[in-house]
Amino acid sequence: MTGKLPIISFDHVDKFYGDFHALKDITLTVREGERMVVCGPSGSGKSTLIRCINGLEFHDSGVLTVDGIEVHENSRQISRLRQEVGMVFQQFNLFPHLTVLENLTIGPIKVRGVPRAEAEATARKYLERVHIPEQADKYPRALSGGQQQRVAIARSLCMESRIMLFDEPTSALDPEMIGEVLDVMVELAGTGMTMVVVTHEMGFARKVADTMVFMDAGEIVETAPPETFFTAPKSKRCRAFLDQILEH
Amino acid sequence: MKTIRKLHWLDWLVLALLAGFFGYIWWKIDGSLNYNWRWHLIPDFILRYHTGREEWFANLLLQGLITTIRISIYASILALVLGTVLGIARCSANLTVRMLARTYLEVLRNIPPVVVIFIFFFFLSQQLIEALNIESWARGIARSDNPGIWEFFFGDMRRFPSLVSGVIVLALFESAFVGEIIRAGIQSIEKGQREGARSIGMSRYQEMRYIVLPQALTRVLPPLANQFITLIKDSAIISLISVQELTFKTVELVASTRMIFEAWITTAAFYFVICFGLSMLFRRLERRRRT
Repeated sequence: MTGKLPIISFDHVDKFYGDFHALKDITLTVREGERMVVCGPSGSGKSTLIRCINGLEFHDSGVLTVDGIEVHENSRQISRLRQEVGMVFQQFNLFPHLTVLENLTIGPIKVRGVPRAEAEATARKYLERVHIPEQADKYPRALSGGQQQRVAIARSLCMESRIMLFDEPTSALDPEMIGEVLDVMVELAGTGMTMVVVTHEMGFARKVADTMVFMDAGEIVETAPPETFFTAPKSKRCRAFLDQILEH
Repeated sequence: MKTIRKLHWLDWLVLALLAGFFGYIWWKIDGSLNYNWRWHLIPDFILRYHTGREEWFANLLLQGLITTIRISIYASILALVLGTVLGIARCSANLTVRMLARTYLEVLRNIPPVVVIFIFFFFLSQQLIEALNIESWARGIARSDNPGIWEFFFGDMRRFPSLVSGVIVLALFESAFVGEIIRAGIQSIEKGQREGARSIGMSRYQEMRYIVLPQALTRVLPPLANQFITLIKDSAIISLISVQELTFKTVELVASTRMIFEAWITTAAFYFVICFGLSMLFRRLERRRRT
C-alpha cells in the first residue's frame, strides 16, 4: 500500500456529544485502494469515525481531509464530497416510496444531472453486479434484507464514488443472508475500491482487509495488517475483544 | 372484542324511548309554534325553470352551494401550499424561520375563527384586492364578450373580489392546521431516510423535495382529508364577510321568505351530504391504499 496517495486523513481529530468524548485524538490515514476494517466493542466510536468521513457527523477539533476536501460543518463542498464517498448503512435506508431502479437513479439524475436513460443503464449494470437484476421494478419492501442491502450497495456504486463506507452492513440481517452481502463486498474489494468497513465479520476482515483498526472508548488502540492483528495483537484490550468474538 | 351487529330487545327499548322523546318535542313545537310548513316551495329555490327563457337555472340555494364548493376547492389548494411551506418552516434548522412559523400558528390557533376572519378581511384581503386592482380587472372580464370559461371556474365575475377574499381568508386560517399536520408527517420520517439522501450528495432542498416530503404527504393523507372536510364546514363562517356562499344565500332566502326551518334544514342536508359523502369516499380510498 505504500506509494499510493492518502485519500482520507484524520489529524488529531476529537468529537464530543455534550460531555461524552466520542472520538479521542484520532490520527489515521487511508490510502487510495486501501481496504480498512474497523472493529471494537459497541460504543467505541467506530460508527462515529466513519460517519465523520462523509459529514453525517462533524468533528469538533483537529483536521479531517477526504479526497482533498477539508471536512467541516460549513463547507460548501460537502455535497461534492458526499458524491465521492458512498455509504452503506446498517438499516439499509433505501427510499421506500421509490422502486429499486428509482432508488438507484435518483442520485445520479438529481444530484449529478445524468440523463435518465444513461442513469438507468448504469443502474442496471450495478444491479447485475450485485446479482439482482430481476428486482429492478419492485419496491424495497418486497425484497429480503439481504437483497435490500445489496440494492443499497448498488445505490452507492451508481454515484460512481471513489470511496465506500460500510457501517455494520450485516448487523441487521438474518444469518442466512449475511453471506450474500459479504460476497458482493468481497467482489467489490477485488475492483480496487477504497473501502472503510465497520464490521464484526472477522472472516471477511481476514479475507479482504489491508489494515485492521481496533477502537475502544473513542480511541484507536491498535492499527495493524490482519496477519499480525489476528495472531499477535499487542494490546490487552484488543486481545480480550478478539477472544470474545472469535470464540463463537 | 367482537362487534355485535344484532340489536337486543334493550336496544329496541332505548331507540323507542328516543323516538318518543323527539316525537313529543315535535308535537310540542307543532302545537305551540303555529308554523306554516311550505316544503313544496323549496325545490324552486334550488333549481327553477325560467318560463320566459325556457331554461332551467340555479336559484339561490344551488348558487350558494356551487360557490361553497368552488371556494372550498381553491382554499384547500392554497391551504395545502401554504401549509406545506409552514410545515417545512416548522422543521427548519434556522431559528428565525422556526419562530416565525410558530408565531403564525399560535396566533391563529388562539383567536376565535370569526375574529381572525374579520381581521384578515378588513386589514389584509381588502387592501390586497385594492392594491392589485382586482376589482376593475374582474369587471373588465365580466363585460367582455367571452366570459364563459372564467365564469365556469369563478362564477359571476362581478363577485370575483369577494370570492378571492373568501378563499384567501379561509386558506390562511386553515393553513395553520394543515401546517401542523405536515410538520407531524415530516417529523415522522426516520432519520435514516435523511442520512440516506445526504449520503448520495443531496442538498437539504433535494432531500426534502424528493425523499422526505413525498413520504410525509402519503403518511398524513388521512388527516389531510379530514382537514379538507373541516374546511368545507368552516367555510360557512365567511358568509359574515358577505361572500355569497351557501350559508349567506340561506340567510337571504330566510329573510325574504320566512321559511326558517325548511331553508336551514335543506342547507344542513347539503353540507351533510357533501361532508359525509367525502368522508366515506376518503375512507374507501384509504382502505384500498392499505391493501
